[in-house]
Amino acid sequence: MTGPPDKGEVLMDGLFSALGSALAWIVNIIDPLCGPVGIFTWFGNSTLLACGDTGWGDEIASGLQITVAVALCTLPVGLLIGFIVALGQQSEDRLLRLASGIYTTIFRGMPELLTLFIIYYGAQIAIQSLLSSFGYDERIEINAFVAGMIALSVVFSAYCSEVLLSAFRAIPKGQYEAGDALGLRRGRTMILVILPQLIRIALPGLANLWMILLKDTSYVSIIGLADILRQTGVAVRVTKDAFLFYSLACALYLALAIVSSIGIGAIERWTGKQGTR
Amino acid sequence: MAHIKELIPARPAPAVLHRPLTTSRVIGIGLIGIWVLLAIALLSMMITGWDEAKFLRYGPRYLHGLWTTITLVSISVVFGAILSLPLAFARMSKNRFISGFAYGYVYFFRGTPLLAQLFLIYYGLGGFRPQLEAVGLWWFFREAWYCGLFSFILNTAAYQAEILRGAIESVPRGQHEGAASLGLSKAITFRKVVLPQALIVALRPYGNEIILLIKGSAVVAIITVYDLMGETRYAFSRTFDYQTYLWAAIFYLAMVEALRHLWAYLEARLTRHLKR
Repeated sequence: MTGPPDKGEVLMDGLFSALGSALAWIVNIIDPLCGPVGIFTWFGNSTLLACGDTGWGDEIASGLQITVAVALCTLPVGLLIGFIVALGQQSEDRLLRLASGIYTTIFRGMPELLTLFIIYYGAQIAIQSLLSSFGYDERIEINAFVAGMIALSVVFSAYCSEVLLSAFRAIPKGQYEAGDALGLRRGRTMILVILPQLIRIALPGLANLWMILLKDTSYVSIIGLADILRQTGVAVRVTKDAFLFYSLACALYLALAIVSSIGIGAIERWTGKQGTR
Repeated sequence: MAHIKELIPARPAPAVLHRPLTTSRVIGIGLIGIWVLLAIALLSMMITGWDEAKFLRYGPRYLHGLWTTITLVSISVVFGAILSLPLAFARMSKNRFISGFAYGYVYFFRGTPLLAQLFLIYYGLGGFRPQLEAVGLWWFFREAWYCGLFSFILNTAAYQAEILRGAIESVPRGQHEGAASLGLSKAITFRKVVLPQALIVALRPYGNEIILLIKGSAVVAIITVYDLMGETRYAFSRTFDYQTYLWAAIFYLAMVEALRHLWAYLEARLTRHLKR
């Protein structure tokens, strides 16, 4: 595969890099630590937390971005899998209920750390053996971000399915029957009638799960992803100032929790307004 | 008077209904098939990869790790429960400062990851070695085991304080007033009237908290405590055998499931007077 890349490929590459740099620019602007209005940019100069080559501010800022990115990427995947599993759990088919029950039992019962290791190393071994059966023998490493994201979404979805299941049970049967009476198909009933109510009922539980997810992202530092805890750990190893940097890590997680609880409050007010007539 | 002379002959039995092969049934069979295949694959992996030497070498270590995990969790739960009592009362206190302090404590420990708290205590407090030596506490904060225990106690105390507070506040006011009208003192009211009702409410959250702690206890492996996860990582680093993680998964799942069923039994037993 050496020939010159064709025109479309170049165009796509250009598009992606343009999108990437635009995203990087936006992230840089709103970066609360090392952006133009960042805390470290203003108050961290000539300290250990300065941005740039002299301090650890920019490293920690990138760690914060990774933590938020992992959490934000996990959320939709986890919600989707959780919704499907919840549908399976309340299905009339016995085998389907059993299969989804096994899923939630396993992933709610195992420590998140162990799930992460099992998926990280398991995927590595599985891909390796698959490739070696095709005669391709080289050591491969799978992306820690993807592995962490998959593991966290699996754990999130197992808990999410329980939350959604209890929300499903809170919706009276008459709502489905009303959908039938209006001549809506099953899928339309689900999207137009059930889902809006489901989200409102499940929101407090899902908000709780989001808080847990934010904290669970700290585990990805163990498989080598450069999140907040990893970056502060590197800083500690170099500067030997463990208390400062780990307190900073805790403060960042707390700040994330506070920001999310403000956001969740806003969403709850908004959905609550939709319900009042 | 008319009466029936002839009986209607017996009808043939209704035809056996064939359950239609719906989409959900097909999916169900497919998913169960995947689980069964996965189970067979894991089992065959364990059987073909069975190694007597490894088993003899790492089996006892796993059991020791299991014991470490159980000790760690039980000590943390008990001491956390003791610590959570004053915290819960502080949280309900009318004094702004006391309740503010308890709120801050609970918010900190529930808002940050256990791993970060563990690092803060183990590595962070390790930086204050001269001061700790001066007050004679260095032997405590030097050991990873004590640090793990300490951070777990602080962490679970925050969660248990919230459980306790919620449960105590769920007891209706009329119960306090009823006890007061019977002339019971505040202490007796709390011990004999409020607490028994609160603990029944708190039973399920307490079970969940213990399960969370069992799962969370795996992180002490990162600061070199050889609990179940630590032994697993040790065995994996020596053998590069994927089975090590599967054994750990079996142990953890067995622990959590046993506790869950025990708790379901306890709850059914303790609330049998509330069922109608």
